[in-house]
Amino acid sequence: MPVLDVPTQGTLTSRPYQITTVRHQTHDIVTIDVAPQQHPIAFRPGQFDMVYVYGIGEAAISISSDPATPGLLSHTIRAVGWVTRALNDLQPGTRIGIRGPYGRPWPLQEAEGKDLVIIAGGIGLAPVRPAIVEALRHRERYGRIVLLKGARSPRDLVFRDDLDRWHADRGIDVHVTVDSAVRGWGGRVGVVTKLIPRVPFDPENCVVLTCGPEVMMWFSAEALLKRGVPPERIFVTLERNMKCGVGTCGHCQLGPVFLCRDGPVFSWPEVAGLLDVREL
Amino acid sequence: MGAPEAQPTNEPVVLSEDGLERLLGRLHHEGYEVIGPTVRDQAIVHGPLSEVGDLPRGWGDEQAPGHYRLVRREDDAYFGFAVGPSSAKRTLFPPRQPLWTAESRDDANFEIIETERPKRRLAFFGLRPCEVAAIAVQDRVLLHGIVEDEVYAANRAAVLLVAVECGAPAATCFCHSMKTGPGLETGADLILTELLDGEHRFLARAGTTTGEELLERVEHDVASEEDLDARKEVLASASARLERQLDTTEIHGLLMGNLDHPRWDAIAERCLACANCTLVCPTCFCTTVEDRTDLAGTEASRERRWDSCFSLEFTHTGPASVRNSTRSRYRQWLTHKLATWIDQFDTSGCVGCGRCITWCPVGIDLTEEVDIIRRTSEENVAPWPMVPSPLQEG
Repeated sequence: MPVLDVPTQGTLTSRPYQITTVRHQTHDIVTIDVAPQQHPIAFRPGQFDMVYVYGIGEAAISISSDPATPGLLSHTIRAVGWVTRALNDLQPGTRIGIRGPYGRPWPLQEAEGKDLVIIAGGIGLAPVRPAIVEALRHRERYGRIVLLKGARSPRDLVFRDDLDRWHADRGIDVHVTVDSAVRGWGGRVGVVTKLIPRVPFDPENCVVLTCGPEVMMWFSAEALLKRGVPPERIFVTLERNMKCGVGTCGHCQLGPVFLCRDGPVFSWPEVAGLLDVREL
Repeated sequence: MGAPEAQPTNEPVVLSEDGLERLLGRLHHEGYEVIGPTVRDQAIVHGPLSEVGDLPRGWGDEQAPGHYRLVRREDDAYFGFAVGPSSAKRTLFPPRQPLWTAESRDDANFEIIETERPKRRLAFFGLRPCEVAAIAVQDRVLLHGIVEDEVYAANRAAVLLVAVECGAPAATCFCHSMKTGPGLETGADLILTELLDGEHRFLARAGTTTGEELLERVEHDVASEEDLDARKEVLASASARLERQLDTTEIHGLLMGNLDHPRWDAIAERCLACANCTLVCPTCFCTTVEDRTDLAGTEASRERRWDSCFSLEFTHTGPASVRNSTRSRYRQWLTHKLATWIDQFDTSGCVGCGRCITWCPVGIDLTEEVDIIRRTSEENVAPWPMVPSPLQEG
């Protein structure tokens, strides 16, 4: 089947997808693999879909699978609201609706010839996972590739298989840390931002992708700037509720920007001043 | 689409009262669904116009912050009022819009059935210049964004605009500040001016070739110098009555540089966060969607409806509301309307129609609020209020 480019028509109606696999990542996070019932649609790392559960509603979910195989699409979902809770309970074989992809992707090209640093907190690994997969496929284009992965506790770690595999592959320096450990955890303990001053990468020649809670991204940026990373080389992805995905429902506004239309990926100078205003 | 495709080439003409009737008849004859001002529930609102008698002839309105009343005029003007609570938005981007339905065939499968959206042949009859400007703003948002909105586009596709220049601005109007009125040069297919001196008549100018063709089919006279002077007189007298002003100089920087101004707190003490301003605003476009199923779960549907940034749940991150205070929600609305709209759509979101002032239950006046922020922006004077309260004076 032909792979289509980003759709611009029919943005009100979802296309049918069938769930092929449901993988329980943690107690409240699942990854749902879906196959298109029509033609697959190309996406780029960092983009998101509007995912519809029959009769319940729609939620904006970033795509966590490999952009090279748009015929097998994954969304990694934490149960938070009605729709995401329903998504967590779906079984293989169920049909869901998807429209997208939407949004500005990670600037992977900008990282070519430089070190690529990825900082992910919790489920924040999902939106950067396609970027990691893409970068590892073209490993020669980048200097060091560094992943700093934080989770609240060992039981909240997502994509464990990937973390193990990437670590073993040596193509990427993987540093995992948890905020609080449990018995049997032999890894690092502490917030992920504490790793930033210590891990090896070239602050003056790198691009950083960060995804996680706003407060984590804020402290990450602070630590990165302190280490000498130019602000315009730091990228964050922001999250707010969305109804349309194309900049017309108004919900995801942050001052002058619509997160869906102008983001969700932003450079630090684009949004630092906005994130600094309470309740904007 | 809808945009004026040609400059008027013909001369201004004059229509009699009968001519107005014939113009409306012509629109019906050509298959237009005609929408215009009409009296309903003690207000002048947009409704279907089947004949000239449906127009609010002899009615005027009295508007002030938080105040709207119909009043009898001393003449028989057809358009002797300012804008009411409804606008073209209600027709082009309705409060409730069915998006699609879905049928479930078994527990795991469903099929989405797209709602048909026949292209309507709509004519707006008697729109004020500020309302024409509001349509242009909605066009920017809903037609010329990264995608074209299907609902709006279907309604907007064949719209014909017959505007009437404003001779009766209300006390809440400030169109001259936003450069949207009271006169109109382009943006409508036909531009009328109601002339009440001497014989009751209408000066008519075509703004597009469609308007030109329409005029050709309606009996008219060539406009005289007196008619043209009479139009100038109508506009001059309307301008003279426009007392309210909004100084838009560097307004983006002014508002975005004052996000922590204490005035937002003072407004929040009055603002009920009722969303009236967003509902009457002819450009506010925010929506939400509602998903439903029947009891058996075999049919689902999705409907889009107007939403408002004044509601607590409007914006959230995860389950947590982003704008918990009324202060932040009013600030979102005002800064969006007057400042960040420019970043997003290269135009102000405000056309100066004054509806948000009139229909605010507590009479909050955005022109006054902007003025206060402007006058105090350098020093950010606190505490508020700036006007000494009667208690302090006593």
